[in-house]
Amino acid sequence: MTLQVINSPFTEQQVKLLNEIFPQLTPQQKLWLTGYLSATTTIEEITVAPGARESQAQEETASVQTKEITILYASQTGNAQGVANKLATVLQDPNHVVTLASTGDFKANHLKKLDHLFIVASTHGEGEPPDTAISFYEYLHSKRAPKLEGVKYSVLSLGDSSYEFYCKTGIDFDERLKALGATSIVPRVDCDVDYQEAANAWIEQVKQATATTATTSQTTSDITVLTNETEYSRNNPYYAEVLEKINLNGRGSNKETIHLELSLEDSGITYEPGDCLAIIPENNAAVVELLVKTLGFNDDTVSVDGKSLALSEALKQLDITALSKTLLTKFVPFTGNTEFAALLEDREALKSFVYGRDVIDVVEKFGPWNWTAQQFVEQLRKIPAREYSISSSYTAYPEEVHLTIGKVFYEQDGRYREGVVSGDVASNIEIGDKLAVYVKRNPNFKLPAAEAPIIMIGAGTGIAPFRSFLQEREEQGAEGKSWLFFGDQHFVTDFLYQVELQQWLKDDVLTNLNIAFSRDQKEKIYVQHRLLEQAQEVFNWIEQGATIYLCGDEKTLGHSVHEALITVVEQQKQVSREEAENFIKELQTQKRYQRDVY
Amino acid sequence: MTEKIVLPPQEGPFSDVERIKEESNYLRGTLQATMEYPISSGIPDDDNRLMKFHGSYLQDDRDLRNERAKQKLEPAYQFMVRVRTPGGVATPKQWLVMDQLSDEVGNGTLKLTTRQAFQLHGILKWNVKSFMQGINDVLLDSLAACGDVNRNVMCNANPYQSKLHEEVFNWSAKLSEHLLPRTRAYHELWLNGEKVVNSAEEEIEPIYGSLYLPRKFKIGVAIPPHNDADIYSQDIGFIAIVEDGQLAGFNVLVGGGMGMTHGDESTYPQLGHLIGFITPDKLLETAEKIITIQRDYGNRKERKNARFKYTIDKRGLDWFKEELHRRLGWEVQEARDFTFEHTGDRYGWVKGDDGKWHYTLFIQNGRIKDVEGYPLKTGLREIAKVHTGEFRLTGNQNLVIGNVSSQKKKKIDALIKEYNITAGEFYSALRRNSIACVSLPTCGLAMAEAERYLPSLIDKIEVILDEVGLREEEIVIRMSGCPNGCSRAAMGEIGFIGKGPGKYNLYLGGGYTGDRLNKLYRENIGEEEILAELRKILTSYAVERIAGERFGDFVIRAGYVTATTDGTNFHKNIVRV
Repeated sequence: MTLQVINSPFTEQQVKLLNEIFPQLTPQQKLWLTGYLSATTTIEEITVAPGARESQAQEETASVQTKEITILYASQTGNAQGVANKLATVLQDPNHVVTLASTGDFKANHLKKLDHLFIVASTHGEGEPPDTAISFYEYLHSKRAPKLEGVKYSVLSLGDSSYEFYCKTGIDFDERLKALGATSIVPRVDCDVDYQEAANAWIEQVKQATATTATTSQTTSDITVLTNETEYSRNNPYYAEVLEKINLNGRGSNKETIHLELSLEDSGITYEPGDCLAIIPENNAAVVELLVKTLGFNDDTVSVDGKSLALSEALKQLDITALSKTLLTKFVPFTGNTEFAALLEDREALKSFVYGRDVIDVVEKFGPWNWTAQQFVEQLRKIPAREYSISSSYTAYPEEVHLTIGKVFYEQDGRYREGVVSGDVASNIEIGDKLAVYVKRNPNFKLPAAEAPIIMIGAGTGIAPFRSFLQEREEQGAEGKSWLFFGDQHFVTDFLYQVELQQWLKDDVLTNLNIAFSRDQKEKIYVQHRLLEQAQEVFNWIEQGATIYLCGDEKTLGHSVHEALITVVEQQKQVSREEAENFIKELQTQKRYQRDVY
Repeated sequence: MTEKIVLPPQEGPFSDVERIKEESNYLRGTLQATMEYPISSGIPDDDNRLMKFHGSYLQDDRDLRNERAKQKLEPAYQFMVRVRTPGGVATPKQWLVMDQLSDEVGNGTLKLTTRQAFQLHGILKWNVKSFMQGINDVLLDSLAACGDVNRNVMCNANPYQSKLHEEVFNWSAKLSEHLLPRTRAYHELWLNGEKVVNSAEEEIEPIYGSLYLPRKFKIGVAIPPHNDADIYSQDIGFIAIVEDGQLAGFNVLVGGGMGMTHGDESTYPQLGHLIGFITPDKLLETAEKIITIQRDYGNRKERKNARFKYTIDKRGLDWFKEELHRRLGWEVQEARDFTFEHTGDRYGWVKGDDGKWHYTLFIQNGRIKDVEGYPLKTGLREIAKVHTGEFRLTGNQNLVIGNVSSQKKKKIDALIKEYNITAGEFYSALRRNSIACVSLPTCGLAMAEAERYLPSLIDKIEVILDEVGLREEEIVIRMSGCPNGCSRAAMGEIGFIGKGPGKYNLYLGGGYTGDRLNKLYRENIGEEEILAELRKILTSYAVERIAGERFGDFVIRAGYVTATTDGTNFHKNIVRV
């Protein structure tokens, strides 16, 4: 058997190496290797080479028709990848040749050769595809995209209905594939934050649709969709005790950033630098009370998921904070208020209205309402878990996990509001309390080899994963250089983890540290300015193979830093803007530019 | 022109500060780099030692120290900058700049020090340079306001004899100028002065040498009968002698000093010894030669025994006079007669002999700030805008609005009323004679509160004074947060020196005119005990004093303490209870 780029998920270089080594292996060695690989690798890493399977199948029985199935995931935080993994497992069948790959690794020019294509795609930011899917997305939407008649497909989109461009990436893929002539064999499903159930249902439909007429597969496909019972999840969280809680901002700061240390004792939970911890929140009792009062309901009993409970209890578990067009549209039948209908028609007005407001504001402004308590709760989605980048290294703090949570608080329409989790953590949670949590892997924000240089760019709570990185590298005794760009408002009060960073600098765990405090001088200085000041050295590092990490707010940081990076390349490489953009894009594809923006 | 400095050998290694000075290349060290290093708002200890010579040092807000450590933040570092104002005289323009800079880069307040200087607190590292440039624009600087050199020269803020004051003040300013370090480091670091290459040759310090003095050095000038410059507490005290209405010259006192270390009896406060009289033309020469003796013989191994007072006490006054005469090449004359009447200030309006008016304000602990109902800082700003004379900072941390014409007096009077500024007439005489050092939260040496605590302690003592009828009795009360004695607490009729949080040593029996040290009366006591003791003693003073008897004299006669006749017996004859 000879591997080719075309019949395998490997790069040319890899194919070359593999083809060199395979013919030298004895059957025992091959056997050993097979076992070794399956024991040490997660499923997405073992991609069954379709060509190999095919030839084997043809040798064995030419009569059974095999299906070639390609599963692609466009994943930012790992959710889409997780779903794709499950699908791949479920579709394992002697008559199936399943290929699983990230859109970032998939060679788009192979598209037209495909038979069955399933895409699991998440959307982030303002309707943007994940970083690793940008090239694929652009290719698919370009003129070069091939005709796809004969390709059978389905798309599962993951998103958050509180955003305007809900599930946009998945929708775009679906529409584009259709436009290119592909045939949808299972209708697209759009999943909200609480995606598990809907995703499982889609997987089941795909399974049915791809089932071979042969009866053999029936027995194996009886397995229910993967439910990993030992894993903690949204439905099965771990209750972690708060060991330490510190406000990292000094007196006089405009901010309140809470450093939390949680115990993972005996949970068996582990994590890697770059991973997130999800906290399952409950709405603040006072906010719920205000909502019930505004609705004018007594604390009636309602039924949620087949369980009867008091309205105020039910509302603690439902999303009453985030407003979206999806949600407001569901409210329409329950009010005759014409202004409400008008608001939904006016995109700009709606956008400005939903910003910083919640369900209480809607109930207050657009009555009278004619719903019952039961009807009201049925419109709401389950309260989504909040994910925070972990700010500790498991190696440095075994059985602990640290978080760095910025308290969200503001006043709107004369009412003081706090973030559901951040407000609770800052104002109510005390040492000894427990939080419902589970780990969210983030395969797209990972340290490179210990000897590779890293450039970390973050502002505010964006420093969280970098604290984890530095702790990890300190524990490893990593040789690789590291450079942190950090920004916040004021040096004196907002230099998060200042003493730790100073120590790392002293110990050479951190090679360079550049800081930008925007409000310490008349003109605002941000991290992107520091990046540009250091352009030459930054580019040197990139040429030395540095991986760039960006973590922080998309609106205030993500865009500007991205632009600054392009400028750095443009200036230092002396190339056009477009070439510099491509250079950065290529870094993204190679996972040498990883983003965790929110 | 440069004389070679040969230090007599001293046994044992020099203190670490001597090394820092030696390696500093005339006070530069690595300050240029560390002041610009962006990752910390502090600077390393070595550079902080050098920073003192530039009139500044790194402090932190000690109220926040533990809290910030927990928050993983470095201490709330900030710089104190002391602005040299020889004789305490500042122009209205200079006042306005100090006022403005305190708002822009300081903590919004100004401190008038016990050595007649301005002190600003809370200046962040990044603002130190612009502050230095700001004061330079109005011809002020902070060079040698701290450090092992001659500090701000004090001078009586006498508002009565205007012409004489002017003459004596001019001598103080000349002294200050003459004894300044000659290094260009200050200009280079703060004023963008050009770097001098080959500094070794260019920058020899003709008076100080590359190691400067073993310890700080203080000079004051008094005009009897006023002793607001606390002349006995100075390393060198000059007492102006007036004969036939003319300045005849100065009596010379040597070897005074306040600092000591708790629990170390080899350290003690000392009063200056009178060694004779010199004519004004010999003033600079005399001061310079005295300083070179301390430079050459002062202890460079042990900083706590390095002050001039120990150099003299160790070798004796006769040795010192001989050495001085040898260096001068002539002998000082017999001391002339003089009498001091008080150390405190005379408040309110007085008319000088040239017809100009002077208004002395009481400023509690020298702190210029606006508080609810008492907008002192704003009021003084408004006065500075119209004032054409000068401001004089007094050694008691008070302020004289000096040289006011009769015409301007009305305007300034109106502003005084408008802003509710007081000469202290509503306060007890005890409060008007009170001094506290800065202490917590900014001073790194402080062991107990001083400036933030003394006013409230006096509130409680005033209750006793009212009960026993002593509200108008002038009693000198001073509090220092540590035994270094910035408020000259060892001279107070009632003195407090901090031992620990809320705990003080109580000293009694200082001389009202500043001519006698006090004596330890109770050790390590808190407020309750302080008030109980003072109630007992003040009550007996009210009843048993003889006519005109000062409180400091009474406590000795009544046997509460024995008199300290010399610094060397400050720790002796303590009545233990």
